[in-house]
Amino acid sequence: MFASCADPSTLEGLNWLACYLTTGKHLDFYWSFLVVLLLLAVTAPLALGMGFLGAMAARSPFGPLRLLGRTYTAMVRGVPDIVFFLFFVIALDQGLEWTLHQIVCPDWTDPIRQGTEFRVCPEAKIPSGGASAFWYQVDGFVRAVITFALVFGAFAANVIYGAMQAVPKAQLETGEAYGMSPRQVFARVLVPQMWIFALPGLSNLWVILIKATPLLFLLGVQDIVYWARELGGSKTNAYEYPHPDWRLWYFLGLMVFYLLATWASERVLGRLTARLSRGQATAAGEAMRKAGA
Amino acid sequence: MSCWQTIGDYAFRSIGIGERLLPRSDFTLCQQFTLIGSGLIWNLYFGVLALVAGFFLANAVALGKASRNPWARKPAEAFVFVFRGSPLFIQFFLAYETFVMLPRAGIDILGITVETDWLTKAWAGALIVLFLNTSAYAGEIFYGALQSIPKGDLEAADAYGITGWKRFRRIQWPTMLRLAWPAYTNEAIFLFHATTLVFFSGFPAFQQRGDALYYANYFADKTFNPFIPYPIVAVYFICLTLVVTAVYGTINRRLNRHLPQNQRVRIRLRPQVIR
Repeated sequence: MFASCADPSTLEGLNWLACYLTTGKHLDFYWSFLVVLLLLAVTAPLALGMGFLGAMAARSPFGPLRLLGRTYTAMVRGVPDIVFFLFFVIALDQGLEWTLHQIVCPDWTDPIRQGTEFRVCPEAKIPSGGASAFWYQVDGFVRAVITFALVFGAFAANVIYGAMQAVPKAQLETGEAYGMSPRQVFARVLVPQMWIFALPGLSNLWVILIKATPLLFLLGVQDIVYWARELGGSKTNAYEYPHPDWRLWYFLGLMVFYLLATWASERVLGRLTARLSRGQATAAGEAMRKAGA
Repeated sequence: MSCWQTIGDYAFRSIGIGERLLPRSDFTLCQQFTLIGSGLIWNLYFGVLALVAGFFLANAVALGKASRNPWARKPAEAFVFVFRGSPLFIQFFLAYETFVMLPRAGIDILGITVETDWLTKAWAGALIVLFLNTSAYAGEIFYGALQSIPKGDLEAADAYGITGWKRFRRIQWPTMLRLAWPAYTNEAIFLFHATTLVFFSGFPAFQQRGDALYYANYFADKTFNPFIPYPIVAVYFICLTLVVTAVYGTINRRLNRHLPQNQRVRIRLRPQVIR
């Protein structure tokens, strides 16, 4: 990156370190932190949306839909989430390719499952055969987002369902007594009130989501764990910057990153809870009222 | 090959008893059920030992956090913060790298050579991480319960002249456990779930002796068909969850046996998963 870094073997001390930390691969490493943050930023609203739909389905008066919603929320409770992560990646891959296969090449006669292989016609491959490495990364990222949104959507559905149940029933009945339709009661009374009940669960979920991001590594995305292992492994003299096994230090760096992230979120969420509790008929709101009086 | 023979060959494959070679082709449903079930032994091993040992440390951590003495409080707070604030996955990696860095020949302490090689093995290294991790989570739960002991209970203890250790042992501790138990049940369930991370996080599986998910992943890789092995893991874990809930439910009933029916703390499963 710097002009002085042209010949690493002559460098020493801090200069060496400065050059070492700005190699192309290290810049990729720093980028991957942004990828993690991007994943969080994209996944959180998606999971919230999935959770909202799941909770609505679980409350639906229509039987089959209610069953679907309940199953979705119950699904993740008993099973380790990493199973879902490993499962969804392949299942999603095969599902998409199979669907595309049916559309693009309807006259393909060979069976798709041949013993231990899964063969679709070349046009149905995702990403297509000649795609660049970048698109493979994007593809992996999108799959990760879908998987995270599905799994965390189920958790969020659980929380939101509980929050919707916690809104005092009398308020909903009052809405009905004023002649509101069920839809109006839902949109004007239930949803605005449920957030304060959902917030503790959702903020817990957010911290869990942050702590789940290293699982990206298992999904094949070149994330921070991948780079920490890659860059930290011992480098012989064949490399420009030889060094012994430094993975410990790289992982310590990751640990600090995650500790900072969870610490900062907990502070922000604490403030948000305090803000939303103001004037609410909850224990926290009552305590605030008493403190002010 | 009959299914009974497969069970005989592979039921204890994960702990090194029985057939050494894993099946390589023509996987039967029976093989998948048996091997994945055999891997579950490791999940049980990690989960049970970490929970039992972690229970004691968790009590100490909770007391430390509630202590007025900063020399006890600060370390407990830091411990909880580090282990709850970072992903378990990273903790595994970090622990493994640390254990690998220790000198191979062992460390000399006062003339006695302490072996360090065993720490890099999953059975010890991962167990230590899981033990510390569950202690931090359970410690926080116990601390919360300790803070929410009804004031009247403590005042009643004072009125009867029960103080010090006796007050803790007879009044505070049972109430703390009773209040914390539903949350602690969830922690136990998710600790069992967390044991599946062990062999995906640096700790190598010695001679392909892995846990349930390790074998499921093996089958999914070989057959390229995720729709059989992963649901099998799911079934096993749902059964495990039911067993854990039943065991903890029994203890919960015992902790609550003196209360009138309508005041009992019910166990509710809450989503609190990855750490």
